[in-house]
Amino acid sequence: MKITTQEVGYVAHLARLELSEDEKGTLTSQLNNILMYMDILNGVDTEGTEPMTHAISLGNVFREDAEKKSIGVEMALANAPEGEMGFFGVPKIIE
Amino acid sequence: MEPNRLTIHELQERLRDGSLTSAEVTESVYRRIASLEERVHAYITLTEEAATQQACAADKLIRAGTGGPLTGIPIAIKDVLCTQGVRTTCGSRILEDFVPPYDATVVRKLKDAGAVFVGKTNMDEFAMGSSTETSRFGITKNPWDLERIPGGSSGGSAAAVAADECMASLGTDTGGSIRQPAALCGVVGLKPTYGRVSRFGMVAFASSLDQIGPITKDVEDCAIMMNAISGHDTSDATSVPTKVPDYRACLSRDIEGWTVGIPKEYFVEGVDPEIRASIDTAIKTLEGLGARCLDVSLPHTEYCIATYYIIAPSEASSNLARFDGVRYGFRAPDGESLLDMYKKTRSSGFGAEVKRRIMIGTYSLSSGYYDAYYKKASQVRALIRDDFDRAFTKCDVVLTPTTPTPAFRIGEKMDDPLQMYLYDIFTLSTNLAGVPGISVPCGYTKGGLPIGVQFMAGQFQEEKLLQVPSAYEKNSALEKRKPDL
Amino acid sequence: MTYETVIGLEVHAQLLTKTKIFCGCSTRFGETPNSNTCPICLGMPGTLPVLNKKVVEYAMRMALATHCTVQATSTWARKNYFYPDLPKGYQITQFDRPLAEAGYVDIEKNGAKKRIGITRIHMEEDAGKSIHDELSGSSYVDLNRAAVPLIEIVSEPDMRSPDEAAQYLRRLHEILVYLEICDGNMEEGSFRCDANISLRPEGQESFGIRAELKNMNSFHNVQRALEYEIQRQRAILERGDRVVQETRLWNTSQEVTHSMRGKEEAHDYRYFPEPDLLPIVISDAWKEEIANALPELPMEKRERFVSEYGIPPYDAGVLTASRALADYYEEVARLCGRPKIASNWVMGDFLAYLNEAKLEIGESPVPPAALAELIGIIEDGTISGKIAKEVFEEMWQSGKQPKEIVEDKGLVQITDTGELEKIVEEVLAAHQNQLEQYRTGKDQLFGFFVGQTMKATGGKANPKVVNELLKKKLSTP
Repeated sequence: MKITTQEVGYVAHLARLELSEDEKGTLTSQLNNILMYMDILNGVDTEGTEPMTHAISLGNVFREDAEKKSIGVEMALANAPEGEMGFFGVPKIIE
Repeated sequence: MEPNRLTIHELQERLRDGSLTSAEVTESVYRRIASLEERVHAYITLTEEAATQQACAADKLIRAGTGGPLTGIPIAIKDVLCTQGVRTTCGSRILEDFVPPYDATVVRKLKDAGAVFVGKTNMDEFAMGSSTETSRFGITKNPWDLERIPGGSSGGSAAAVAADECMASLGTDTGGSIRQPAALCGVVGLKPTYGRVSRFGMVAFASSLDQIGPITKDVEDCAIMMNAISGHDTSDATSVPTKVPDYRACLSRDIEGWTVGIPKEYFVEGVDPEIRASIDTAIKTLEGLGARCLDVSLPHTEYCIATYYIIAPSEASSNLARFDGVRYGFRAPDGESLLDMYKKTRSSGFGAEVKRRIMIGTYSLSSGYYDAYYKKASQVRALIRDDFDRAFTKCDVVLTPTTPTPAFRIGEKMDDPLQMYLYDIFTLSTNLAGVPGISVPCGYTKGGLPIGVQFMAGQFQEEKLLQVPSAYEKNSALEKRKPDL
Repeated sequence: MTYETVIGLEVHAQLLTKTKIFCGCSTRFGETPNSNTCPICLGMPGTLPVLNKKVVEYAMRMALATHCTVQATSTWARKNYFYPDLPKGYQITQFDRPLAEAGYVDIEKNGAKKRIGITRIHMEEDAGKSIHDELSGSSYVDLNRAAVPLIEIVSEPDMRSPDEAAQYLRRLHEILVYLEICDGNMEEGSFRCDANISLRPEGQESFGIRAELKNMNSFHNVQRALEYEIQRQRAILERGDRVVQETRLWNTSQEVTHSMRGKEEAHDYRYFPEPDLLPIVISDAWKEEIANALPELPMEKRERFVSEYGIPPYDAGVLTASRALADYYEEVARLCGRPKIASNWVMGDFLAYLNEAKLEIGESPVPPAALAELIGIIEDGTISGKIAKEVFEEMWQSGKQPKEIVEDKGLVQITDTGELEKIVEEVLAAHQNQLEQYRTGKDQLFGFFVGQTMKATGGKANPKVVNELLKKKLSTP
């Protein structure tokens, strides 16, 4: 077993997903299958290999500190499920 | 012949000589859509009204003699590319009603070129899939066999071109999502070098792998589209300021003396014998044109799938965190607290495959597993890139099959995600290495399904990538077929 | 048992760029909610960040001013967590390869210098703000502040008392403000501080278990919170218990720290390299360019003022509190050539008037040249120190030149002995009673005669001359 049902629950919480017990079971077995397949990578010698994080080897891409017009409150909120008094509304944040 | 069946370059001539107008062409495209969509279902959203206006405006430009190569040409856009004022769903419930206030850079470039926008094409949800079966908006069918998948994730874009529901389309390719459906639908699909085409406005799946590219009826159209969409964009920090050549200019050059690398790792068990035979014929055709075919090795090929299915979901898990029901998109109505709202929104907003990949990615990046998964995969990725660097010192292009088998049946791989992932075996490597790749039709199975051959080249070698298949296309004995619909 | 306190600080400073770190939206504070936003800082799908070059330059200034090693290559990372004020669901920050590492600032301890190490300085984007409505239970999000550039400055656990921590914080604050890369406003959140604090038995090498303190929005609160925390942790250790490693919030009104336990979840930020942004590569030439443009820093300036102008360290401290004040003082000192007197005037009347009027240095109605002129005419005896104060007030009100005021009002000091002698004689004649008493031994009446003489001249008499004359007259009957 690569990943337990309990771990699947933890990872789902990290990703803010709610899974039914059924889904958890199915995902646990599917993820185990997939993660077991990933073991193939353990056979590769990567000692001293610098991880590749970008497909191109450039650097220093900048913009100047010049102001651009904002899109305006109305446009900013146009797609919002709950826009109130110029704010994005969300349900109670339980701390 | 109905105008919608023409290629861009054929149409261009007729628009220029006045034998056709963009309005007529656009009308014929929508006639075709009206008669076919129920069966093919290539589109999520159609924009006929706007298209009609765009066609009229294009006709004025053409009459005034100020039209460009794409002026008045009906083009379809994958629904992962943002279009100002036109909803952009990514095939997902979570973006069902999202109307972007901006255009993707590629969309703006095509607008500036005077193209006519037919609509937004169907796709696997958030481009995660190889069959266009994971879309919230229904399954797209392969125009060659409506029982089969068109490939994915740009299945709608490939099917629309194959079925003459547009002249050309834009797709996106993170692990083969342009080339694979192009192969399965018998059309041409090119994934450019990473950084060649701006990603701004493409809803990100895996940012270090994603590229936008054209799906077209032939190689010349592909070059025309590449001319229009390539180039540096200050809105995308990973877009590269390398000069864009005229991709159309290289098409007529011959390939005598060129070297074509055949990597043995791509000719393994599991490749369908009919595909194998078609590829062999293609190799012979190239040799007949004076190209020299030689064996090359890409030794880390067998690790591509594992590497890809760690890196892509990892980036995706982060890229998809913004879909939280706060600023745009779907929000579950019954969230009592913030946490509850997040979970309900994301659980009912995303489909099963997207959730699966978010889970794989979140796990790969989580504390205690990062080194074993994400970091290890990034190191293997470097070795895969090095394989290509070495290969391209020996040859101009590499030739492989695009897919191991022709289009499979709808539903065939839906219950086994790993089998679905393994289907991408030949296309993932170019995304990992950041090199360009193209799929070109090279044959048909006995059952009449299209087969594609894939060419790959070094970074920013798109000219080679167009020149070789162009020579092949012109000289192959392959008959030009259209799906019987 | 005696315990030693160990403190490390994490400071977040908002950079004074015109626009946000990854888009062209304004960074102005206090605008209509969500008006400084665009698809990029709203985290809309398909948008991409492009780095503001000024952010790198400002961060480099701070790194070089605090003696950090600026890395030849540094990279961006994503810190993943869900919160409504974090539009993308991740914060773009620097993780394993920060911009700069291994620097320091000096503070003072028992009259000697103490070096506080800086572990790292990195760049990142700020989050927006959530407002919680107790009544409806809903929260409201304003994303104007989202993606405003920040630098985070992480110290080594080198501080051993709240006073050292406060000193270190003040040093960082004044350097940031001197460099003109941060406005330092703690109330508006431009300068924020979290603290890690633990106790260990004196002589013990390893660190104790620490608490992380948050929500201290002034220097005073930082010091108070640390002091409170020392008492709290000492009490725990003294009764043989263990300190819990946790985050605690400073409650300003109750002056206690509260545990966030239970409200805070175990964080797993899943950092990974940001694929949308390429590395920052800093050449020696670029570093040099930034280093050469650095202004003189407060500590150096302070030391120079003491040695160059011969003023006490305390005065040098006051005068270098801001770059503008230090520049003002130096200009006055240079023009009048009397640095010590200039220091008294700038620290005294000038700052008093300025504070009273709530003005910035640049808005002062008395420019350095005018104050220098005033000092000049005191020194050459044209006016007395007492009159000078009147003249200064008039300068402040009218903006006129001191010489002009002195002339207009006839305030020139009377030093002419003949003229003054006459006045002294008149004063003595008019106060026969007092004269008698003085002569019978009431010495303290001497001051009375000085006062009367000054009064008779409208304060213009040279006090030294008056003193001499009175002494002479009173000793000879």
